Amino acid sequence: MQVKFDVEGGNFSKAGHASSQVKKILKQLNVAPKIIKSIVVALYEAEVNIVAHAYNGTIEVTIDPQKILINLSDNGPGIADISLAMQEGFSTASQEVRQMGFGAGMGLPNIKRNTDEFEIESEVGKGTKLIMTKFF
Amino acid sequence: MKKNENRPGVTMKINEVAKSLEAKIVCGEHRQEEVIEKGFSSDLMSDVLRIDTEHLLLITGMANLQTIRTAEMADISYILFVRNKQISDEMLELAKENDLVLLRCPYSLFRASGLLFEAGLKPVY
Repeated sequence: MQVKFDVEGGNFSKAGHASSQVKKILKQLNVAPKIIKSIVVALYEAEVNIVAHAYNGTIEVTIDPQKILINLSDNGPGIADISLAMQEGFSTASQEVRQMGFGAGMGLPNIKRNTDEFEIESEVGKGTKLIMTKFF
Repeated sequence: MKKNENRPGVTMKINEVAKSLEAKIVCGEHRQEEVIEKGFSSDLMSDVLRIDTEHLLLITGMANLQTIRTAEMADISYILFVRNKQISDEMLELAKENDLVLLRCPYSLFRASGLLFEAGLKPVY
């Protein structure tokens, strides 16, 4: 099964919409609640990242009986130093994003923590791609 | 802190929480007999997304749509907003959709947390 979502940069009132839909789908598929939580927390962090940093992006979700695979791709400023961005506490988030309760430099580490496989690729001035997998 | 961690599980019903903090249940009144065991106070949603605890009350001064979204993703059913924060219609709608319980009290984050800790709610960390 495959689903695709478009994500609008800067639109915080819609941030979390895709994650919420994925949560509903996984519930319907009777995936264990703890696994669902890990997946949607990771996805939500990544979705908020697109809204907070990029101009726009897409989320493609593929679900098979063994796993969920999520591909996130955005058009945005990209990340100059990924290893720095993966460090807890490092953030380039705006004041606005911080006022929403995010931007503490915990998103990417939390995504890694909640997934079984996690890959990140980025090009400055173009955008960032994330691939995450979680086995059921 | 140590002393509190070692106490036998003290739980509180949502309506007891409301009573002790002069709080109003603004959403999910039908769940007021449900019981919570732990409290977590934070305005930082990134911190909230790291918690792995059930029957938890989130105490926060961060009142926006992402607070409700964060609770939805983190499987947190109960949120207490302090300092009489404004809860928007959008927030209320999303909370209803996810069957969340929202409370609002006039006390500060410090005072609300202190009273609930004193009453026996356990901390997460």
